[in-house]
Amino acid sequence: MATLGDLERAVMDLLWEHPEAITANALRDLLSQRPSGDGDGQESRPLAVTTVLTVLSRLEKKGLVERERSSRPHRYRAVTSRADHTAELMLEVLGSAPDREAVLARFIGTVSEGEAATLRKLLGRD
Amino acid sequence: MYWTSWLLAGLAIALAWPVPVALSRAKWPATAPFAAMVLWQSLALAGGLSMIGAMLCYGLVPLGGNLAAGLGGLLDIFLGRESLDALGLVHAFALSAAALLSAHLVFTLWLTYFRINRQRRRHRDLLALLSSPSHDRPDTLVINHEAPVAYCLPGGSRSVTVLSDGLMTLLSPEELRAVLLHEETHLTQRHHLLLWAFAAWRSALPWLPTSRLAQRAVSSLIEILADDVALRSVSKSTLVTAIALVASGPARLPATALVGGGADQIDTPATTSARLSRLLAPTPPLARKLQALVLAGAALLLALPTALLLVPGMLGG
Repeated sequence: MATLGDLERAVMDLLWEHPEAITANALRDLLSQRPSGDGDGQESRPLAVTTVLTVLSRLEKKGLVERERSSRPHRYRAVTSRADHTAELMLEVLGSAPDREAVLARFIGTVSEGEAATLRKLLGRD
Repeated sequence: MYWTSWLLAGLAIALAWPVPVALSRAKWPATAPFAAMVLWQSLALAGGLSMIGAMLCYGLVPLGGNLAAGLGGLLDIFLGRESLDALGLVHAFALSAAALLSAHLVFTLWLTYFRINRQRRRHRDLLALLSSPSHDRPDTLVINHEAPVAYCLPGGSRSVTVLSDGLMTLLSPEELRAVLLHEETHLTQRHHLLLWAFAAWRSALPWLPTSRLAQRAVSSLIEILADDVALRSVSKSTLVTAIALVASGPARLPATALVGGGADQIDTPATTSARLSRLLAPTPPLARKLQALVLAGAALLLALPTALLLVPGMLGG
């Protein structure tokens, strides 16, 4: 039994693969074509479009999916690419230390000769 | 009451500027990180208490000889039993300032909490879509990125440690263990709560030297504490290599600074340098007697403004 979280992930994966906006119906068809991850051979219950719509509106609330309201039925697309989201996460983690690459250079400049020698020995040990 | 307010004001000024400056320049905190952490907390609490207490006591001078009597007098004014004229403009101003400062501190603490929580929720949402659980470690997520990154995301029972692919290819298994032990210590010792309190303290009073120095010291001390726990299980050279490799690893990211809070675990270059220095040129830990002295000092520091506020009332019956 797939949880809502698993479905969100599957939907996002599909939207990231399809840059053009697609309808919930088309998404449902793509989702049911996917091989189920557990591989226990059991026939899984076909996914209802309402379930897909629920997942999409949750993702929309989280700001990950946007909806084209100009056509009926509405079409959905990912707000930004997978790589952009990963970059957003990494920026949040590394953001406050933008000169990370300079850390060691700066450090080497401030340490005593003994400390620098120890560090060189440790890093060059392989 | 009059003298109490001046004593508290003197204490507030000392704790706002010369004391934290001296403490931030001292070398011993790195050799006794726990005691130093307690001292910084006591400094911040005693500083806030004496700041508010000084204004409160000064404002209450016309209403009574001690805090209890003064507050009783204030209540009488609010209930209309006493005229506001008894207070006078200057003292009413001091009382308002005390009330405003208290409200400001509480409100900022609350606001910071919600800001951090919102960022963390967003971070968790994205992680759920972008990372996969580690095969061999519980409560660990792996994110597909070449930059070597390890951090922890606190959240009660949902706390996780996040590693990047880049980190796992860069470090040997033993070095990876050192990094994980370090991150897990942040979670088990609840360092995010300390960071939250001091971040709030700083955004409430950004112009105060103590709030800036305290935040910097605390974020450096939690790294030292986490390193010390990791050192119980891995060798010093393993930890040093891991820190150095992570710090020098490829980080091809635009140099935009974002406000931390989502991940809550941020090493600044200065902190990394301090960690490496401490490990490479070890100094013996501060003697137990001196550590006990620091802890006693921290308790005394907090007891002083409390006593100044409460004892006159008790003595006066």
